[in-house]
Amino acid sequence: MRYDEGEPLVDRAAPDGPLETRWERARFGTRLVNPANRRRLRVIVVGTGLAGASAAATLGELGYRVSSFCYQDSPRRAHSIAAQGGINAAKNYRNDGDSVYRLFYDTVKGGDFRARESNVYRLAEISTAIIDQCVAQGVPFAREYGGLLDTRSFGGAQVSRTFYARGQTGQQLLLGAYQALSRQIAAGTVTMHPRTEMLDLVVVDGRARGVVIRDLVTGEVSTHTADAVVLATGGYGNVFHLSTNAKGCNATAIWRAHRRGALFANPCYTQIHPTCIPVSGDHQSKLTLMSESLRNDGRVWVPVDPDERRAPGDIPAEDRDYYLERTYPSFGNLVPRDIASRAAKKVCDDGRGVGPGGLGVYLDFADAIDRLGREAVETRYGNLFEMYQRITGEDPYQVPMRIYPAVHYTMGGLWVDYDLQSTIPGLFVIGEANFSDHGANRLGASALMQGLADGYFVLPNTIAGYLADGPFPEVTDAHPDLVAARSDVEERVRRLLSVEGDRTVDSFHRELGSLLWDHCGMERTEEGLRHALERIPELRAEFWRRVRVPGSGEGLNQSLERAGRVADFLELAELLCLDALHRTESCGGHFRAESQTPDGEALRRDDEFAYVAAWEYTGTGTPPLLRRESLTFEHVEPTQRSYQ
Amino acid sequence: MAVTGFILFFYVVAHMVGNLKIFFGETAFDSYARWLRAMGSAVLGESGVLWTIRIVLLVSVLLHMTAAIQLARRARAARPSGYRHRPPVQGGYAARTMRWGGVIIALFVIYHVLDLTVGWLNPHGVPEEPFLNVTSGFQQWWVVLIYTVAILALGLHVRHGVWSALRSLGTVRASHGPLARTVALVVAVALTAGYLSVPYAVLFGLVE
Amino acid sequence: MRFTVRVWRQTGSEDAGRLVEYDVDDVSPDMSFLEMLDVLNERLTLRGEEPVAFDHDCREGICGMCGLTINGVAHGPRRATTTCQLHMREFTDGDTIVVEPWRAAPFPVVRDLVVDRGALDEVVRAGGYVSVSTGSAPEAHATPVARADADKAFESAACIGCGACVAACPNGSAMLFTAAKVTHLGRLPQGAPERDTRALDMLAAHDEAGFGGCTNTGECTAVCPKGIPLADIAQFNQDVLRASLRGAGGRPA
Ligand SMILES: Cc1cc2nc3c(=O)[nH]c(=O)nc-3n(C[C@H](O)[C@H](O)[C@H](O)COP(=O)(O)OP(=O)(O)OC[C@H]3O[C@@H](n4cnc5c(N)ncnc54)[C@H](O)[C@@H]3O)c2cc1C
Ligand code: HEM
Ligand code: HEM
Ligand code: SF4
Ligand code: F3S
Ligand code: FES
Repeated sequence: MRYDEGEPLVDRAAPDGPLETRWERARFGTRLVNPANRRRLRVIVVGTGLAGASAAATLGELGYRVSSFCYQDSPRRAHSIAAQGGINAAKNYRNDGDSVYRLFYDTVKGGDFRARESNVYRLAEISTAIIDQCVAQGVPFAREYGGLLDTRSFGGAQVSRTFYARGQTGQQLLLGAYQALSRQIAAGTVTMHPRTEMLDLVVVDGRARGVVIRDLVTGEVSTHTADAVVLATGGYGNVFHLSTNAKGCNATAIWRAHRRGALFANPCYTQIHPTCIPVSGDHQSKLTLMSESLRNDGRVWVPVDPDERRAPGDIPAEDRDYYLERTYPSFGNLVPRDIASRAAKKVCDDGRGVGPGGLGVYLDFADAIDRLGREAVETRYGNLFEMYQRITGEDPYQVPMRIYPAVHYTMGGLWVDYDLQSTIPGLFVIGEANFSDHGANRLGASALMQGLADGYFVLPNTIAGYLADGPFPEVTDAHPDLVAARSDVEERVRRLLSVEGDRTVDSFHRELGSLLWDHCGMERTEEGLRHALERIPELRAEFWRRVRVPGSGEGLNQSLERAGRVADFLELAELLCLDALHRTESCGGHFRAESQTPDGEALRRDDEFAYVAAWEYTGTGTPPLLRRESLTFEHVEPTQRSYQ
Repeated sequence: MAVTGFILFFYVVAHMVGNLKIFFGETAFDSYARWLRAMGSAVLGESGVLWTIRIVLLVSVLLHMTAAIQLARRARAARPSGYRHRPPVQGGYAARTMRWGGVIIALFVIYHVLDLTVGWLNPHGVPEEPFLNVTSGFQQWWVVLIYTVAILALGLHVRHGVWSALRSLGTVRASHGPLARTVALVVAVALTAGYLSVPYAVLFGLVE
Repeated sequence: MRFTVRVWRQTGSEDAGRLVEYDVDDVSPDMSFLEMLDVLNERLTLRGEEPVAFDHDCREGICGMCGLTINGVAHGPRRATTTCQLHMREFTDGDTIVVEPWRAAPFPVVRDLVVDRGALDEVVRAGGYVSVSTGSAPEAHATPVARADADKAFESAACIGCGACVAACPNGSAMLFTAAKVTHLGRLPQGAPERDTRALDMLAAHDEAGFGGCTNTGECTAVCPKGIPLADIAQFNQDVLRASLRGAGGRPA
């Protein structure tokens, strides 16, 4: 598939001047909405994860009239609930040299110099207020005996800045936001619509003015209008079929907005998490993450000999290859995610993988148990060990865990400016759904931070500047754009139901997923990507010819829901591969085999690729427009990452 | 529920202690019964205290039953259709038999009052001679059976009831959980044994 | 492995519903219970029948979306395990397995095994939060919290809102769920100012939603996937009693 060059893209909301005061000045420069007027302004927030729930609650507190949507039966179940490890904040409670500037620096560097300095600095600055807010809400973070908050070091960071609540940090943070949201629902400022799915965006006179919603219980398609629309619908990792995302995670909301004119940035930046439980068979429906914190004490190894037959406990040290410690002596088992993932893939490709299908490596706690005692290991990781045992039926206190990388997070997403506004005026995108702050690779424990920063603190401030021009003229139910958007959705539902083919939705999803995993996964080559780009349109055509969606459009129909999502994945996948093909450098989560250093490290090419690739939709199957937003680094000097 | 349950509970304990006097012979037991009537007569007249106790008991039983019925109705409203596959008991057995246990106890008390207080159903049937009423009744195997069933039901009811009432009153700290269970169990067993000792002692001729 | 699965089928709230029997073979012991249903659904779809609707999302035991009554036990035979984390190795080859939805009046069946648990959200809305608006929070270290309190609060906060406690309770009571939230927030200094009103309001909302009263039966904690202890209910009762004695009214509506 080809693409055409479009106009360069400029972030008009970008602030300038000294880095440290940019956010403050931007806020000061934003017009305010008079409190009495807020009641007349309506905002739609789609998604109730950390980003969406915190935004809806905060907007409600400010007095706007908010409508909130999620596809689960309760806002509390959004995928953010699954985050385990923790949330970063530059509190420097440990006095270990952390600071806003260091968090900023680490994030820009960790993102392999593909993120905006202004955005990242703002994120680091706000991080401390997030912790204050969550503690005040009653989030039960881990504490020390003195009663103060405990922190740990996470994902290779040299400082201890990660706040956590056992292995359920995302759950506790989300419940905090959900409870704040509940309070607003009770107060009447937010109207909640659970079990609804956004299937299209309504754009009127160039502004985002509403959404088309399908009620998943009744099947009814309806439109909702507002003065602004906020998408907080999470990431698109499920395009790979198997990922650590919840089953329902989808790209539909952002993809539909993309089709309505919002640019999609850096779709190829996907993060693969190194410590997941390996696939156990064809029936596998999703992958389970084992928190990265396990690498603090677990040692990763595979047998030296590909034909090793002995049980792991019987293999003596000299016949084991602790390949991370060997190759990266200073970081050892704590190298960043992408490096750990690729290294695991490499040893498995060499035939030294363990477990069914040879797709796994050992994560061994025997030494940690010797050193710290079983009890200490149990306190630190007890619930993770239990989870592992429940899933695999093996006891990780006795036999080493088996782990393998899996798709985990998507750094790409809808393009937004500094105000988190997309290229469609009035359409704001927050949380994992946007592309903003992580560049080509996200640091552990930074997604929760970004979701809450966007939702609690950034969006409620920046959206005021847009809403200050409102309320915008009423869009009536009879408005042609509204009617057209709704009938498009109804027509699509009808089409899905009328194919009546001979293949299930899942079979297409599985096929698409393995195609992407093989050719656009941990390591990407021109040849593989070209193959995928050839195959995806064929698969899409086959989908519309052969898919079988039982049941009707009325009432709850889970096959229909899934079919719509997979149909969108089939379009997004193509853009993903195209983006990966065009970026002939390696950076962060995007590793092109053609672009590596002599010792196999990612080779970034700043001269050519220091830009955000924002894609403009021109039609399915027609070449999209590539619009580049160039990135400049005034504060952090781009260097090649090295973890040797 | 908990408050009335406790009142009934204290009565049942006191009553059991009183009943044990039967082991001290006819006179001890009868004088105990007389004392019951005479107690506080200076202030409240003959049987005054006894009537006060009776009224408190009656009110407690009525309130207790009303609360039980309300709870049962709410429960039925909250679970209009049951499971096809009958759920095995996951929690405690005593807990799941509270309502039936209560009904058995209620029926028993009616029978019991007609038997021993009023004397209609008693083979001896002379209200002023409780010792003979009791001993003649328990010569019959079926009377003993009725009492056994009722007292076992009472034991189960009290076992869960005491523990549950402590919780309903919110007095139990997490750390006392297992302790409270043990206490409830011991109390219930003691109560059951205490009550059962009388009919069986009579049946096997230990008390004549 | 091979199983006979008897599944509750119900097209909607109007339909009376019935158990329908299916044979599922080629089941791997490594499959999760939901993956076994996925397999059944794939086959039903290809046979032109409607697949079985069931709720699920995270499939890792944390979202609280899944929840089936398996052989009469909420979340199935393995203790402290959600349905999505239950694996077929817990069953014996050839077993007959009966699968039903949560049953409680406040949880009407939407379709097949899917129920509407919105009533639990209503209970939280009545006061299951700390009233702190964004931006008004003091510095996080301004109030130290004893570690024991933080740990206890966490233990209660771990509730995933699955509703298994209601499904198992013979009274259809949501006391364990409600008590967990009250205990979580009540244990922390941040939640203390609203402790009285929270307890009363949440209890009122709980009763209002149509849940039954708790008689300390203890079935709930036996099936709770997160091990929320029964002591939370005692704590809740204590909070309610104390609030009533103090004459604290609920929050004005
Ligand atoms: C297993 C796992 C562990 C993780 N651990 C960590 C960690 O330790 N630290 C960290 O920082 N990050 C972690 N992450 C990443 C982090 O959890 C996510 O990036 C983040 O929670 C995303 O939040 P969100 O609010 O953007 O979206 P989500 O939480 O994904 O919420 C999306 C919301 O949008 C709704 N929605 C989606 N599509 C539609 C639609 N079409 N119509 C209506 N509603 C829709 C959903 O109902 C949901 O409410 C982890 C991720 C995973 C998968
Ligand atoms: C008249 C017949 C009776 C009926 C129908 C009855 C019924 C019930 C029921 C249904 C409960 C369950 C409520 C709960 O567990 O909280 C209960 C509790 C209880 N019952 Fe009874 N009961 C009867 C007699 C008694 C007697 C005679 C006693 C005294 C020993 C007693 C003591 C208790 C106690 C202490 C509780 C616990 C109260 C609580 O948990 O709050 N009951 N009863
Ligand atoms: C072996 C067991 C028991 C014996 C021997 C026994 C004996 C008696 C006797 C002799 C009386 C009459 C007292 C009098 O009129 O002077 C009496 C009354 C009564 N008993 Fe029992 N009893 C037994 C068990 C129980 C139990 C298990 C209960 C309750 C659950 C109970 C409740 C009562 C009540 C309510 C009265 C009426 C008291 C009154 O108002 O006069 N008894 N009992
Ligand atoms: S208390 Fe336990 S069973 Fe009840 S909703 Fe919470 S997690 Fe589920
Ligand atoms: S089972 Fe029901 S009765 Fe109370 S203790 Fe649990 S809510
Ligand atoms: S699917 Fe999330 S808890 Fe089971």
